[in-house]
Amino acid sequence: MDLPFDVVDLGPADHPEPGEAAPDFERPLVTDEYWADVALSALTADGPVLLVFFPMDGSFPATYIWNEIDDRGWGREGDLTVVGLSISTPYEHKRFIAEAGLSYRLFSDPQNGVAETYGVVHDLDGMAGVSEARPAVFLLDEDRTVEYAWAASEWPEFPDYDAIAAAIEEL
Amino acid sequence: MSEPTPDAPDEDDPTITLYRLQACPFCERVARKLSEYDIDYQSRFVEPLHSKRNAVKRVSGQRAVPVIVDDRTGVTMSESDRIVQYLDRTYGEA
Repeated sequence: MDLPFDVVDLGPADHPEPGEAAPDFERPLVTDEYWADVALSALTADGPVLLVFFPMDGSFPATYIWNEIDDRGWGREGDLTVVGLSISTPYEHKRFIAEAGLSYRLFSDPQNGVAETYGVVHDLDGMAGVSEARPAVFLLDEDRTVEYAWAASEWPEFPDYDAIAAAIEEL
Repeated sequence: MSEPTPDAPDEDDPTITLYRLQACPFCERVARKLSEYDIDYQSRFVEPLHSKRNAVKRVSGQRAVPVIVDDRTGVTMSESDRIVQYLDRTYGEA
């Protein structure tokens, strides 16, 4: 974004880089109908996975990010699975999926432990005691090896969708 | 693919799928019984609002929970009394 003032600098993130293995985790995975515990490794077992960390449901970046992904239709064809993760509860995810008409599943991680293991924690200013994930995107192959990684270093900052598309093309 | 999880569990999934509502005592009763018999099961949580339970309706023909789907025996069943009796009969001391 081009703004006539500095935006908040989050500093560098310490996340898994291309070539490294992404940490496995298990969390409730929410569909438009129900949620059940699912491990990331269960998704990568079926093919590459685009894991999208996004700000809590209801925030405008959450809406922007998923509108863009939905418009691009990633994961609707081929063996790529696209999943999201935020600190919102399964109930909130279900509402978000329904209201946005998303065809994507979302992990629920209210205690933010996954963002911790991925080095992308964002302690929210002005919301005491609340931390979530910075916007971050990881493209993983079947072995959870990172093919592409990005994490926001400013707040707000949005993914480079064209760069992700290129990485998906190269799978 | 990013389609919602299909209703049919994968081969390596637990044998029994329990459709449940958070804090529903009838569902907890069934979960307790499953644990008692050390049965590996997967929980699928649905919403309090009946009209939003299409997944339950699809597998069981009605929207009340708990519902279990037992892949081993091919049984799909609702109502906690019946389910507990079924589990006792099928997985109890025998």
